[in-house]
Amino acid sequence: MPCTGRVDVIHLMEAFQRGADGVYVVGCLEGECHYLTGNLRGKKRVLYTKQLLDEIGVGGERLEMYNIAASDGPRFSEVAREMDEKIRALGPSPIKTMLQKIHVDDLSIHV
Amino acid sequence: MIVAERKPLDEIIGFIKDCKKILIVGCNECVTVCYAGGKKEVAILASALKMAFLKEGKELEVKEVTLERQCDQEYLEEIRDIVDEYDAIVSMACGVGVQFMAEKYQSIPVYPALNTLFMGGAEEMGVWSERCQGCGQCILGETAGICPITRCAKRLLNGPCGGSTQGHCEINKDVPCAWQLIIDRLKALRRLDDYDKLLSIKDWSTERSGGPRKIVREDLQQ
Repeated sequence: MPCTGRVDVIHLMEAFQRGADGVYVVGCLEGECHYLTGNLRGKKRVLYTKQLLDEIGVGGERLEMYNIAASDGPRFSEVAREMDEKIRALGPSPIKTMLQKIHVDDLSIHV
Repeated sequence: MIVAERKPLDEIIGFIKDCKKILIVGCNECVTVCYAGGKKEVAILASALKMAFLKEGKELEVKEVTLERQCDQEYLEEIRDIVDEYDAIVSMACGVGVQFMAEKYQSIPVYPALNTLFMGGAEEMGVWSERCQGCGQCILGETAGICPITRCAKRLLNGPCGGSTQGHCEINKDVPCAWQLIIDRLKALRRLDDYDKLLSIKDWSTERSGGPRKIVREDLQQ
């Protein structure tokens, strides 16, 4: 994506719908967006999606947004580790668990 | 335009909890503009409902369609061939569209996904406010384009009440006093003399309190 301003609620919802345990959106530092306010729009959409995920019981804590400078590799890997630990602690997404179960049930019909 | 907002998800889920296949129908007009029931919102609701069902171990099949409007028969007709395949229709139109849908397709339950609120417009991106209550006797010409029926809490017709304080209504400090706005606008238009003219006693028979309303244009009927 050219900018986190292009991220829309449906993109985030579909990721979880397909079984993602966690999603994180990484944008430029606030005030340094190449498109000026794209990352601020992205942030608001992420917050809205977190609320939706709470409403349906998947958990808004599985979705986060981080702001990292494009050149800041060390921070990028730090965030990746942080998010990975957080999602492992939360466990698999309830959607993924059910999708796997449905897939296994479907397979068992063919066995 | 008509301004609406989506119902809480658990309420919508409650409507369709026993369904296996639903049709979510959006509307490309007012509810698209207020980000409540357009194509995007249909997709988001479909995704949310599918996940909510999956979480409970159930699958929900959802078809997403967005019509140009749901308050015109020609557009509602477009889904005739597919309607019978579904257990329910969830309409993301305003209350008008939901009712037209339910009237047209009487063999299938039609549920509203939105709470329809008011006739209004966008003050800024993301903020919509009420401007018209459809009283049927528009006096905007006399009140410098500001409606006291809608924007005055007491619907006063000849000036502010004693509760008007520093330009705000006594019901809420964030609500401007409609009559202050009218006076300020009349001043800017150099029409303050109009403020002294008493408005004639309002004919409320054209308002909703007189019963549901209808317009018949014989020149347009076929």
